[in-house]
Amino acid sequence: MAAFVFLLPALLGLIAFQLLPMVSSIFISFSDWDLLSKWTQIHFIGWDNYAEVFNNEKSYTSIKNVFIFLVGYMPIITMLGIFFAVVLNRNIRGIKFYRAAVFVPVITSWVAVSIVWRWLLNGQSGMINYLLSLVGIQGPIWLQDDHWAMVAIIAVTIWKDIGFVSIILLAGLQDISEDYYEAANLDGASAWNKLWRITIPLLSPTLFFIITISLINSFQVFDQVLIMTNGGPAGATSTIVEQVYRNAFQFNKMGFAAAQSWVLFVIIFSVTMVMQWLQRRWVVYER
Amino acid sequence: MRDKNTIIKNGLTHLFLIADSVVLVFPFIWMLSGGFKDSLEVVKMPPQLLPSHWNFDNFRQIEKFFPVYRFLLNSVGVAIVTTFLQLLICAMAAYVFAKISFKGRHAVFIVFLTTMMIPAQVTLVPLFILFSQTNLIDTYAGLILPGIFSAYGTFLLRQNIMTIPNELLEAAFMDGASYYRVFWKVILPLIKPTLAALIIFAFMSSWNSFLWPLIATNSKELMTLPLGLSKLQGKWSTEWNLLMAGNVISFVPIFVVYLFAQRYFIKGMTMTGIK
Repeated sequence: MAAFVFLLPALLGLIAFQLLPMVSSIFISFSDWDLLSKWTQIHFIGWDNYAEVFNNEKSYTSIKNVFIFLVGYMPIITMLGIFFAVVLNRNIRGIKFYRAAVFVPVITSWVAVSIVWRWLLNGQSGMINYLLSLVGIQGPIWLQDDHWAMVAIIAVTIWKDIGFVSIILLAGLQDISEDYYEAANLDGASAWNKLWRITIPLLSPTLFFIITISLINSFQVFDQVLIMTNGGPAGATSTIVEQVYRNAFQFNKMGFAAAQSWVLFVIIFSVTMVMQWLQRRWVVYER
Repeated sequence: MRDKNTIIKNGLTHLFLIADSVVLVFPFIWMLSGGFKDSLEVVKMPPQLLPSHWNFDNFRQIEKFFPVYRFLLNSVGVAIVTTFLQLLICAMAAYVFAKISFKGRHAVFIVFLTTMMIPAQVTLVPLFILFSQTNLIDTYAGLILPGIFSAYGTFLLRQNIMTIPNELLEAAFMDGASYYRVFWKVILPLIKPTLAALIIFAFMSSWNSFLWPLIATNSKELMTLPLGLSKLQGKWSTEWNLLMAGNVISFVPIFVVYLFAQRYFIKGMTMTGIK
């Protein structure tokens, strides 16, 4: 009885806000429902929406863009994250301040961050182009430029997430016993060797964890794109979630949007499974 | 020789850390300074680091067009209510999953864990439909409800409650305590550190949340700060001083919370792996 009472609110939430929407999302994804017609008149159209996810040019571009984002974002944030974590792990004066500083972008909302960066990256009155002009470079119009817009989105996302990634890696580093390094020092190992033979292998569970999380987050990029570029110029920064939002809530194409969101789920699920498989093969768990 | 190396190494470390702090923190200083500049000074080239005159007028001017202080109150209210309810619901369920067994508990728990895998976007469309059918769109309840259930929170608290020895609970039951009493007087006090981290974490997620409020509200009176700021930008796309003033209003509260509860922010994120 007590069990039931304690569990009831969570159970209701699970049913009403997770299970019920999930099941109806599957049905909606096979229909052409536009929100205006009645529930009872829902009309099913088979796999058409799913075919459309890959055939519709905007939808296909958004999937492609997310992979472009990944290619730019993942290697840089991972390497930079390891570097930051190693440096932040050093016991020097003022380290508390430095650790606090990297975290400020993480706690701020994407909306506020995006608006500030729209200003910094502005072609005329932006600080970035001013700084570039000091060294004689004429900066592009970043967010309005077909090629530079995605670069800017990737760079700003790295700027915002680096604190998060490095703090998680730092926690992993702090779990590594000092003994390994002391033994290595006795053997006269170089810093480079210590990094590759001790730090990276023993950090690998944390590394896999943060890479998986970062991958999942990358597939869900939305806020920064909507605020900074609105998916433009000409769809150059449009993402899957941005398309889901637009199709569902601006064009009332509920069925299409639901199908896109399930494709997103399948992508995320597959990536997670692949990471799990890789993890079993490569990660060192012995301590 | 070794000392000299250490000095060089420490010097390089400091240099790098100062450089990265500047890159990461400067945009916020620029935002604060921009929020107090007038409309001419804010676009002046070469840029001026601090306003020549600290101009509070921006904060009055945005209020003429947007009820930003109403947005602020909405954000505070929604974040506090969401955090409180989420923690309560999670902790109650976690107590059952950890310590009160019944037939089928394991199956229910597995279903809970599975929902952690589903990205929020999948349930977005039906959730919106559900809320519009039940007239919850454009209400505070509609804004708050989806945020008060967290499979992650339940999972983490369950792991924590599992570490409480059963003898402790049995001793309380022997003294005639009810399940409710044990929950309030034994369980909750023992999981305080995890609760604190989750509180901070839930508060921040709610404070910064954008996509759901964007969908769930239409009228200005109900908007939270991130949504309000995006509307501000829709009206003044390049009035940087006004936009920065709006940003300052949304940044300062969470920054102050961060200053006082820094370790819980970090603990919350390293625990959950979500930001």
